[in-house]
Amino acid sequence: MREIWKKGSALLAAAAALCLLPGCHGSRQTADFSIPEEFSTTEDYEITFWAKNDTNITQTEIYKKAIEDFQELYPNITVNLRLYTDYGDIYNDVITNISTGTTPNVCITYPDHIATYLTGDNTVVPLDSLMADEEYGLGGSKLEFDSPSQEEVVSQFLEECSLNGHCYALPFMRSTEACYINKTYVEALGYTLPDTLTWDFIWEVSEAALEQDSEGNYLVNGQNVLIPFIYKSTDNMMIQMLKQKGAGYSTQEGEIQIFNDITKELLYDIAGHTGKGAFSTFKISGYPANFLNAGQCIFAVDSTAGATWMGTEAPLLDISQENVVEFDTEVRMVPQFDPENPQMISQGPSVCIFNKEDPQEVLASWIFAQYLLTNEVQIAYSQTEGYIPVTSKAQGSEQYQDYLERSGEDNDTYYDVKIQASRLLLDHISDTFTTPVFNGSTSLRNAAGQLIEDVTKSVRRKQEVDDAYMETLYEDVASLYHLEEAGTSSAAEKDLGPLPQTAVILLAALAGAWALIALYVLGRALKKKHGS
Amino acid sequence: MKKSVALFLTLSLTLAFSGSVMAEEDTEAVTEAVTEAVTEAASEEETEAVSEAAEESAEEKSEGVMTYAEYAAADLDTEVVVETYVQAKQSWWTDSETGKEQATFYTQDKDGAYFIYNMGCSEEEYEELVPGTKIKVTGYKAEWEGEVEIIDAVFEIVEGEEYIAHAVDVTELLGTDELMNHQNEFVEFKGLTVEAQQDAEGNEVAFLYNYDGSGTDGDDLYFNASLNGETYTFTVESYLCDNTTDVYNAVEELQVGDTIDMEGFLYWYQGANPHVTSVTVAE
Repeated sequence: MREIWKKGSALLAAAAALCLLPGCHGSRQTADFSIPEEFSTTEDYEITFWAKNDTNITQTEIYKKAIEDFQELYPNITVNLRLYTDYGDIYNDVITNISTGTTPNVCITYPDHIATYLTGDNTVVPLDSLMADEEYGLGGSKLEFDSPSQEEVVSQFLEECSLNGHCYALPFMRSTEACYINKTYVEALGYTLPDTLTWDFIWEVSEAALEQDSEGNYLVNGQNVLIPFIYKSTDNMMIQMLKQKGAGYSTQEGEIQIFNDITKELLYDIAGHTGKGAFSTFKISGYPANFLNAGQCIFAVDSTAGATWMGTEAPLLDISQENVVEFDTEVRMVPQFDPENPQMISQGPSVCIFNKEDPQEVLASWIFAQYLLTNEVQIAYSQTEGYIPVTSKAQGSEQYQDYLERSGEDNDTYYDVKIQASRLLLDHISDTFTTPVFNGSTSLRNAAGQLIEDVTKSVRRKQEVDDAYMETLYEDVASLYHLEEAGTSSAAEKDLGPLPQTAVILLAALAGAWALIALYVLGRALKKKHGS
Repeated sequence: MKKSVALFLTLSLTLAFSGSVMAEEDTEAVTEAVTEAVTEAASEEETEAVSEAAEESAEEKSEGVMTYAEYAAADLDTEVVVETYVQAKQSWWTDSETGKEQATFYTQDKDGAYFIYNMGCSEEEYEELVPGTKIKVTGYKAEWEGEVEIIDAVFEIVEGEEYIAHAVDVTELLGTDELMNHQNEFVEFKGLTVEAQQDAEGNEVAFLYNYDGSGTDGDDLYFNASLNGETYTFTVESYLCDNTTDVYNAVEELQVGDTIDMEGFLYWYQGANPHVTSVTVAE
């Protein structure tokens, strides 16, 4: 049962709350990291690794085995694993621990999160020189394992980990979003699935599916429940729609561009289809996979890292077996406006390293982080979901190619929907993109999803969605996420970003106090002068 | 003048200090409140005394407030206004992106239950909303994965009587459609037998951390119990009852084959998914 997600979403937001605390800007300072000439094998090092799994026991086991194997190679390094099932929880705990100087050594992360971590001084280790180091860098000569060279890490994924001209993380796994389709129903409605889905196609089929009999049952599934199109992450939905339209979202520097006319057009379109009953979202209705598997959804958009939950034969299931409907599942890239030039989001976990007083400890952390890029770890982990390895070395290996070839051999390791999802990304890496990372980019992402969620809810609640509504919506969402205040800051300013409200109050109070002290001293001096 | 300077400096230091300890305080506050809520709800004497008082008079609603029957009949996505009583609460948090403070409540009147998800609520209000407190809630009726709830809600405390619900024995309704009529209510299950599950190593165990055993101490607990040959899944929701509570520890001590009685809230997720608040092993 995955209802844990819903409460996870609460924590995700709560997590970010902590970065409003002065601690973010008042963290303990650690000196710049310099690479030691030699890694000491005579001293013992204990490092912590905060990892995330998708509530997936196999992923947990892979982490444990990776640590075991690594410790055999480096007996003087002990890796303590702490597992999370939610990126927000990791973010939360890291922020708390930055202020006390007790960050983990190695941590699964998202680049957006690193932008916040970097508000601390020397908190996250830049990896540029470490990666390039001939002895301990990627493919280094003094490593005890077969590390990929820098050239063997997919350059696009590596670039996604760059902020302000430095690389602050290693990609660990990559995924994208996919549309999981009940092909049986599409064909029953008289349509043929195109190779590349368009938004028009999805809306047309979704509305065609809404025909009901006199008892209110939908003709296509014979049930009284049908939401033809469900989107899991509406922030991604809006981001990808805007990208495909070539419309504004934000600049690299953090200028907010999302509140534009094209966004409004998209929202009107979504509102229209929602009004007909063709569309809903995960936050409003539930997991797309559950509706899909019950024959109550035709187009389910979710991460490729959720592929093992999709389809009649899905190895992971959240509904009772008796409610599962037999159908053929197809996997396509997310719908497009221009099928000739597809655009889809690149997402997935990366790994960063936190700075410590002892450079040897940091080096130990770096060596372990690199170990996560070995073929053994990359291939094993990527097989747990519709992830793909981040190195060409793993992607091109005989073992991984064999895995892909065996698609459909069983409904577990070789589950065909999962492997189709992985192939989708492998075939379209050059069609993927990421959004600019800056201090405030998380808020903008949330706002993008909020626009769709609000419009969808309003339509369901029979509220009028017109120009006046849109104007208010833009104002409310911008205000809610403080996007009027968001930075158009320079690169230099981006290092710290806008100060949180609490910090502003604190600084104002301090400034006031010093001003009063100065006035007092000046007053005393003048008094003295006049008195003398 | 000196006083003003001192005041400013004190203010500055206070602000800085309060910020640095806030996270820890929040966590403790939530844990304490939840523990308190569950302990209070479990207190039979108090429960009976308050319940009897409330049940003596018919449930009267203020003007413009729905009865439970009207609420149950209301369409999804419509605005609802109800008067109800807090039974338990969980997860007070602040959304940093929006600044919204909110929490989730298990509430009930004598006719039925209302699950109120992420209702706007300050930390001070959260502390005030102890079990038994009467509140008027305005929000929208919604359904998420089968769970009928009130979302986007605001509330006001209604002074006056308190009410804590008796646990309704729904043991015989397990596996029936009728169970859904008690969704979100405080219920009890009696005489079930703990069934084995398999952990990652293939060992037979009485409970798992997370539904598939991928979690660790502090995560939700999942355990199976059977009645008349049918097996059902029960959850200790860690946000409601964390690993310091009696129920969490009791479940960690369960043995396969134990006969148990349980109380909890009849949450719904693709079917009944009771959030258990107490477990007693039969002697």
